[in-house]
Amino acid sequence: MIKDLIRIKSKMQSPVKGIVTFNKKKFRFSDWFAEKVIKAVAFLSIAIVILIFIFVFREAFPIFKMDKTEAVTSELLVQESYGGTETENTNVKIKDNQLDNSNNNEAPGAKPSSTLLSKTWMPVSDNPRYGLLPLFLGTLKVTLIALLFAAPISILAAIYTSVFAKPRVREIVKPVIELLAGFPSVVIGFFALMVLATVFQNIFGYASRLNSFVGGIAMGLAAIPIIYTLTEDALTSVPRTYTEASLGLGASRRQTAFFVVLPAAVPGIFAAVVLGIGRIFGETMIALMATGNAAMVSINPFDSVRTLSATIGAEMAEVVFGDTHYSVLFFIGSLLFIFTFAMNALAEFYFKNRIIRHYQAKK
Amino acid sequence: MNDIKVKVNDLSLRYGTNPALKNISMNIPEKQVTAFIGPSGCGKSTFLRTLNRMNDLIDNVTIEGEVLIDNINIYDKNIDVVNLRKKVGMIFQKSNPFAKSIYENIAFGPRINGINQKSKLDEIVEVSLRQAAIWDEVKDRLFNSALSLSGGQQQRICIARTLAVNPDIILMDEPASALDPISTSKIEELIHELKTQYTIIIVTHNMQQAARTSDYTAFFYMGDLVEMNTTEKIFSNPSKKQTEDYISGRFG
Amino acid sequence: MMMNRNLKDTIVESLTGVSVLLIIFIIVSILAVTIAGGWPNLNWAFLSEFPRDGMTKGGIFPAIIGTAVMTIIMAVAAVPFGVITAIYLAEYANEKSWFAKTIRFAVKTLAVVPSIIFGLFGLGFFIGFVGKNIDGLLNGGELKWGQPNILWASLTMALLTLPVVIVAVEEAIRTIPREMREASLALGATKWQTIKKIVIPGSVSGILTGTILAVSRGAGEVAPILFTGAAYFLSDLPHSLSDQFMSLGYHIYIMSTQSSDVDATLPIQFATTLVLLLLTFSLNAIAVVLRYKIRKKEK
Ligand SMILES: Nc1ncnc2c1ncn2[C@@H]1O[C@H](COP(=O)(O)OP(=O)(O)OP(=O)(O)O)[C@@H](O)[C@H]1O
Ligand SMILES: [Mg+2]
Repeated sequence: MIKDLIRIKSKMQSPVKGIVTFNKKKFRFSDWFAEKVIKAVAFLSIAIVILIFIFVFREAFPIFKMDKTEAVTSELLVQESYGGTETENTNVKIKDNQLDNSNNNEAPGAKPSSTLLSKTWMPVSDNPRYGLLPLFLGTLKVTLIALLFAAPISILAAIYTSVFAKPRVREIVKPVIELLAGFPSVVIGFFALMVLATVFQNIFGYASRLNSFVGGIAMGLAAIPIIYTLTEDALTSVPRTYTEASLGLGASRRQTAFFVVLPAAVPGIFAAVVLGIGRIFGETMIALMATGNAAMVSINPFDSVRTLSATIGAEMAEVVFGDTHYSVLFFIGSLLFIFTFAMNALAEFYFKNRIIRHYQAKK
Repeated sequence: MNDIKVKVNDLSLRYGTNPALKNISMNIPEKQVTAFIGPSGCGKSTFLRTLNRMNDLIDNVTIEGEVLIDNINIYDKNIDVVNLRKKVGMIFQKSNPFAKSIYENIAFGPRINGINQKSKLDEIVEVSLRQAAIWDEVKDRLFNSALSLSGGQQQRICIARTLAVNPDIILMDEPASALDPISTSKIEELIHELKTQYTIIIVTHNMQQAARTSDYTAFFYMGDLVEMNTTEKIFSNPSKKQTEDYISGRFG
Repeated sequence: MMMNRNLKDTIVESLTGVSVLLIIFIIVSILAVTIAGGWPNLNWAFLSEFPRDGMTKGGIFPAIIGTAVMTIIMAVAAVPFGVITAIYLAEYANEKSWFAKTIRFAVKTLAVVPSIIFGLFGLGFFIGFVGKNIDGLLNGGELKWGQPNILWASLTMALLTLPVVIVAVEEAIRTIPREMREASLALGATKWQTIKKIVIPGSVSGILTGTILAVSRGAGEVAPILFTGAAYFLSDLPHSLSDQFMSLGYHIYIMSTQSSDVDATLPIQFATTLVLLLLTFSLNAIAVVLRYKIRKKEK
């Protein structure tokens, strides 16, 4: 055996090329290059967010400085319109009329930013008005309805899975509910349009089949998996020792759930709800398909509404590139972006707090 | 004493603010087996990992003092850590073969050194497996996954993998702690044979193993090096009371 | 007193249980309605024919192809960038550096930005900026790239699905045990060699999961392509990247809200919805199984 080894060793040369020395740092190009490339690509995510900011805001910007002559020239310069539908021709014609009009008289609609606060959203008319109030109100109404429906049901379901359910039941229930996240919103919108609208109309007997209530419930469906999953995470990351201590003191499972686990998980649940709001607020397809899309100023939940994002979705394909209407739609986009950005920052902040607390509790 | 391969001067290490090693100084002789013993948490693994700068991978570690290998301070600014690790190989407590074939495990080191010639790789693989005394057990299934082997075989694959890079020093952190007695004695035999060519440093909790395999023994206690001497001396006539208590199993 | 407490507990517990049942009931209803409405009309002809008679008859072949091509281009764009970003986050990022924190925040932001905003961005950036400039430079101002097409729609969708890929791949990379990296480094491998030879091969199933989830998401989203490339009806398949395309989701939206005779096309609407649902569901199911396998490997 030993003899073998000696023979082998003498036959074997160092497998490492040359003599390895470590007393001088070696420059390795591929390592250096890989790191630079990887960092640069990772930076792309930041760049995209910044670019979104820039380009959405850039297209929105003209409404703040555009006087009527600028608006006119920009329309004359760029006459293509976007979208695949047949209806666009007629729209362009309406635009042309509107153009002539604003050339001839001092209509109040000439400076678009002055009409943003008005009560009428009527972008395609002789005297276009871009009042965002009905859109804001509509979005708020739908969001509120969706939230009132989705938040309690998701949080309760999360409590069931993390507190009451046996492990085997939990293993099934959790993925099934998360399945809902896999439904494309156009499918949920279609379901709302075909089924929910009819069912609710039969129950409540309201006039317009599509309204903020139907839309709100459908959007709530889209928000359920988000709120549910994040709440569940928050609940399960409450340290076990809390639960055990409470149960050990003779508290019931319900008392433990509501007076020990729930308060400890509040920041996480808050983050879940905030992200849910962000999702509802920005949801487009369901809004387009299920809310009726009428820009009305009304607080009746059974009236049709037009949300901010649905307005973009419905009208962008038919506007003239670069004109006032186009800029106003981008302005609405900017508002949506700022809002969801803020919501995310808020949730992130609370989420961080929650994690820190979680670790402190563990120690 | 043989020539000194590793010379440690006044080495201290902290994890964050927790001191894990306190002013360690020692000389480790070339082509001998040196064993590190001591109660759990005393810093044996930490010390071992300072010898090939594995601690660099952990955040928040502060190291003071120097470690000279062949008279070069490996904590010097200009040191090439990658090449240092080629000279100072390491075997871990839990065997950790890659999820690749036996052949590819052994060829990993040569390949990253730019050896791609089939005949050369074949030779290195065979020699390394023979040196690790596992060639006969695996020669018919070189292209099976290394994970299909038993724990003891996996550990010897890891040793062969390290030998294939042809290091000067091999660090072993409790290489046999997870193995059955037969595999353990095979590893011990192997250590005995390898020391003709390599400087070996082994961490162990097993007093008999330290006594059987090593020429020198160092006893650590709570981050201090209490005593280092020939294994014979440490086990027959230790100069410190703590060492004696530990060896005779009176604490821990 | 004791009775009272038990009663309260029971009520609360059943309330949580009812919530779960309600959600499951809704899921089952959506599935049942879609299947019941769509199944009778789902046959080979429907899948392989073009729409006919003002879209009241015929199949959805171009929408299937359009969706497939769009998601493939999207994946080709999103997956490499997502994988590299995930490698950065898992292997290079120092969690305390502002750069890493900002990237994480940016990825989260991309994940929550409403999909319609991506559509606006695609219109303003890809079409209005990149496309217009390409036309100005290469085509002497003739309109070719400065209008909606399948390339811009796919790239817009790629931005939307980037975080999906990043999250899935990073999760997979983090399941590779530290010991594997240490073994490689202890053999004298450099960091990049370790990533190339140990980390990336070890996270192949994670990369696959991320890709599938991204494709599933991209196939179902409509808002980003509303004005970046989707078309209502095309008599031909897209031949080049500068052509518009039909998509399943857009088809459902248009048919159910804007078609001239909504009732006559009901079977088509249901069947198209069923196809889209089957597509996204089977993709998600594959991803779930893969993910389960990855998690098991971790233990
Ligand atoms: N990555 C780390 N971060 C922080 N502290 C650590 C880390 N690794 C080890 N320590 C601490 O350093 C001290 C020494 O640990 P080390 O692993 O070196 O002990 P050991 O002698 O090898 O123990 P054992 O015999 O159990 O393997 C211990 O107190 C341990 O908690
Ligand atoms: Mg140890």
